[in-house]
Amino acid sequence: MANSTGLTIPETLETMHNESLQSQATFPPKQTEDRPEHPPEIPLAIHDLTVAYHRKPVLWDIELNIPEGKLVGIVGPNGAGKSTLLKACLDLIPKTSGWAHIYGKPYRKARHLVAYVPQRESVDWDFPVSALDVVAMGAYRRLGWFRRVSKEEKDRALESLEQVGIAHLADRQISQLSGGQQQRVFLARALMQDAELYLMDEPFAAVDAATEEAIVDLLRRLSEKGKTCLVVHHDLATVTTYFDWLVLLNMRVVADGPAGEIFTRENLQKTYGGKLNLLETAAEALRHSID
Amino acid sequence: MNWTSFDTWIVVVGALCAVACALPGCFLVLRKMSMMGDAISHAVLPGLAIAFLITGSRASIPMFLGAAIAGVLTALFTQWIARFGNVDRGAAMGIVFTTLFAIGLILIRQAADHVDLDPGCVLYGAIELTPLDTVGQTGIPLAALVNGGVLVANLLIILLLFKEFRMGAFDPALADTLGFSSQFLHYLLMTMVAITTVAAFESVGSIIVIAMLIVPPATALLLTRKLSWMLIIASATAVLSALLGHVAALTVPTWFGFESTTTSGMIAFAAGVLFTLAWLFSPTEGIAVKYWRSREEITLESSDKYPAE
Repeated sequence: MANSTGLTIPETLETMHNESLQSQATFPPKQTEDRPEHPPEIPLAIHDLTVAYHRKPVLWDIELNIPEGKLVGIVGPNGAGKSTLLKACLDLIPKTSGWAHIYGKPYRKARHLVAYVPQRESVDWDFPVSALDVVAMGAYRRLGWFRRVSKEEKDRALESLEQVGIAHLADRQISQLSGGQQQRVFLARALMQDAELYLMDEPFAAVDAATEEAIVDLLRRLSEKGKTCLVVHHDLATVTTYFDWLVLLNMRVVADGPAGEIFTRENLQKTYGGKLNLLETAAEALRHSID
Repeated sequence: MNWTSFDTWIVVVGALCAVACALPGCFLVLRKMSMMGDAISHAVLPGLAIAFLITGSRASIPMFLGAAIAGVLTALFTQWIARFGNVDRGAAMGIVFTTLFAIGLILIRQAADHVDLDPGCVLYGAIELTPLDTVGQTGIPLAALVNGGVLVANLLIILLLFKEFRMGAFDPALADTLGFSSQFLHYLLMTMVAITTVAAFESVGSIIVIAMLIVPPATALLLTRKLSWMLIIASATAVLSALLGHVAALTVPTWFGFESTTTSGMIAFAAGVLFTLAWLFSPTEGIAVKYWRSREEITLESSDKYPAE
């Protein structure tokens, strides 16, 4: 679309944004007042969020309301700001404007409600700790400063490892785990936090089939318990099977709503712009989802 | 070799200082900030000089304060230059510590030249003379008390904040999301390094500090994959370096017909030798061990291919 018509990128983004405003899903009604309410029943409400690195905007005017108990996929091309969106919600990077509220509260007052699974490459896996040690870190907020990890928390950590199917690897040093097992350690650590909202940055990136299955299984169980999961996802072919709510992101929110309604060729074109090879992939993915 | 109580005290001072350095050094190595120890140990010099100029004495407390402030400033400036100047962290560190070190030298030459704050002594130290400066009638050298005090302080902080330091080094973003400020932990570690450095300055010089911050932790990391063991093995390596270093300083030069040499240098050298041994013969990481294993595998494979009849 973009390069065939010769539109420059900012214009494209502008039209995208306007269209996305019109095609908003019905849930929940968009708040147009200057000072919107803080809906306490909404796991994650984002208003007017803009984030810039070195004065270059990465996220622009994000408006999102994520409904409770949904498995939400965040999809968009590289550099669309998907990881940045999660980090901004967690106060890991400063917001240029706007806010993100978790159950009606700013993040620093809602830490106990949120668990974050960062990208696997974000840490050094040669670090001298065992899998169980890493999972136990999920209990640190409950413990607070100075207090050591108790026996009960260790048992909980072991249970969390069990839930992702690698309890037998608890004492392994983390460099001796496969990529998929390392990802499961991160998920177990998030489970340990016993949160209501889970923010996951590409948990499916470069994992084996067994791990992928284990993660999907885990997401389903969390959702059944009424937990909300936001997952940055890359594989368009599996989007509609894994997620029931979607956010299509490319610096702005292109579209968000129930996966079935949002995952259309038109929306994907808007999200991925003129990247033709990606469009082919998208078309392929659509065909898959229809089959 | 003529071993006296003097020699025992030299080894004790060296060992206390080495362990005091090795403990925070473990976290520097794990955070891939080894050179930060080098930078801070140089950059505390203006802090010392300014503390001296303000108070006019070499009393310990102003010296420690000056050093701690200079150390934290080094870490701060490095971060600012790396972020706003858009240069990489190593370059930023190089800019900050050389500049601060130069300011320190100028201050000492210009303002404090007539007193006993000698840059040469700061670099090489005078561990051989430490047993002379004792506290009251106890016969315990001041340097042993100072370094011992710093060691106890470092040990206490690390024991109290073990899980926080571990998380801050492994996954600072997690620490921040859980409400443990990774910045606070970072600057606490930098302060520990700065204070440890100054304690060592007064007695053993900065060469040994730089070596002891990095070499024992790096040696320990070759021998274990558990952080608590890493701290223990690093401390043991530090003690062993001090002992072997002093013995070597007394004996090795005499083999070649020379007088004994500087103990500080030999302690650092002994640490280097211990690292080399670990690098060669560590059961998991040692390259000699790996080489022998791979040879064994090759023989096994070839015997598989051509089974004996």
